[in-house]
Amino acid sequence: MSSATIPPQFEIVDRPLDTQMTISMGPQHPSTHGVLRLELVLDGEMVVKSTPDIGYLHTGMEKLFEYKKYQQGIVITDRMDYLNPLGNNLAYVMAAEKLLGLEIPERAQTIRVLMCELQRIASHLVWLGTHALDIGAMTVFFYCFREREKILNLIEAASGGRLTPSYFRIGGLMMDLPAGFENRCKQFLNDFPAAVDEFHKLLTGNKIFQRRTQGIGRISAEDAIDWGLSGPCLRGSGVNIDIRRANPYSSYEQYDFEVPLEPDGDVWARYMVRMREMKESHKISTQALARLRPGSVKADAPKVVLPDREAMKSHMDALIHHFLIVAEGFDVPAGEVYFPIEASKGELGVYMKSDGGAKPSRVHFRGPSFVNLSVLPVMAEGEMVADIVAIIGSLDIVLGEIDR
Amino acid sequence: MQAGPENIAPSTEPTPSSESAAPSPLVAALQREHPEWIGEIINAFGETTIIVPREHIVDACSFLKTSPETRFDFLADICGADRGPEEEPRFEVNYHLFSTTKYHRVRLKVLLNEEDVHVPSVTGVWRTANWHERETFDMFGVIFDGHPDLRRILLPDDWQGHALRKDFPLRGYEPYSLK
Repeated sequence: MSSATIPPQFEIVDRPLDTQMTISMGPQHPSTHGVLRLELVLDGEMVVKSTPDIGYLHTGMEKLFEYKKYQQGIVITDRMDYLNPLGNNLAYVMAAEKLLGLEIPERAQTIRVLMCELQRIASHLVWLGTHALDIGAMTVFFYCFREREKILNLIEAASGGRLTPSYFRIGGLMMDLPAGFENRCKQFLNDFPAAVDEFHKLLTGNKIFQRRTQGIGRISAEDAIDWGLSGPCLRGSGVNIDIRRANPYSSYEQYDFEVPLEPDGDVWARYMVRMREMKESHKISTQALARLRPGSVKADAPKVVLPDREAMKSHMDALIHHFLIVAEGFDVPAGEVYFPIEASKGELGVYMKSDGGAKPSRVHFRGPSFVNLSVLPVMAEGEMVADIVAIIGSLDIVLGEIDR
Repeated sequence: MQAGPENIAPSTEPTPSSESAAPSPLVAALQREHPEWIGEIINAFGETTIIVPREHIVDACSFLKTSPETRFDFLADICGADRGPEEEPRFEVNYHLFSTTKYHRVRLKVLLNEEDVHVPSVTGVWRTANWHERETFDMFGVIFDGHPDLRRILLPDDWQGHALRKDFPLRGYEPYSLK
């Protein structure tokens, strides 16, 4: 029936109500991904204004760093962005390595890249599962967590921890990869592309999912840069910035991968960027695995890196170094650095300031989630309440990193 | 302009003299056009730090953002630092700038005395500065003049003191309660 035949009194019009209502969404709302509270001013179902209220998970981590030795700080970083702990480890240890001027052996760099890319896939899988769950597609969640479990098993095999690995150490790695790791990893990498195709089948062609995401929470490229968006959110607005390319670290310049871009800047674009990024991470992991050559995984710096257990049994100086590093820590030259990496959610920058002692004078984390969340009021303005859930999901925030 | 001996964070790496003689292209434009906005330039650990007098910070930021040689259109981070209660100037505010077209980075630094912790806000230059400045205010008590909404962000509104100052204790024995 064409619209011309509808009598005018029955026509559907978007007429804003005259009254506004303020409601509180969260901090226990399941789709706010943690303890985020939003103060929403609504006109009917339309969002007039939204104000994020954060800090419920604040644990004073940046203060704690100042009271811990450099190597003790690594375990704190695990607990910030708990979906991407290896990325946090990497940013922290590389900032300290920059201050110390350490050269990291090639094998350690390659393993770092491999583990970080696996972790990125795991982080994106949690995002995909929860994002789809928020919008109403429950099945995807179980498939994502099944795949993520395989990655967590790999991380556990290497480091002993599933969610808090602390695998990277200042000067290299905690230890080399265990026997049989490469085969298990290869098996996972062989199976993974089929899993991504499965996710595409479940979601990408789904009409409901498309309607819920396309054209929602739009942000232009200029605004995205001005608001400091980073990572997949920025690339979803068509800005070609990936720190692995712009300021390469840990030998990322030697890997062949694509930076996925989508021009639309809506929830759908950010979804597509992350979906394609999983394939790219898979590509980098495969290359890293092929590049693995036998060698040391610790830098040649006996005053900073813990000696091997065997060396301590036969060499007096190794024993002394071990004792001094554990009991007193190591002095880091005075100075300050800012070290940015491309974490799964965007630019993770570590500002580290040393005044020459064994404990940092100031450590600051520029969490990508913190900045990305600050853009929510801009994206949510004029959208429906139900779309807020989709927008939050597309930002991929982790409150542990926002509140620190 | 060069890294002088009074360099507040002396690097153990000696700064090569050639580096101080020929300023890096990052600061060349600023040096040529507005030398009065530069307090000091420090090159250490492969990073460039420009100390800017606080009254010029907004001008320097907009200049670096728009100048075709620098194009620092992305404000990566603002963070405060406390050098300790006995130091003068006591507080630092660090601005980490990034260019999305030229991929380079620079750090601007404003030094503040304890008695007068006011800095002009750069929210007019980059809107992302909003939350960074709120966090710095929350943690260090640095007041950003001209900020549209300077409230605490991580700690509760009625919190006493500023938690990342060096004289704020790590542990406390007073239980926090909502009054």
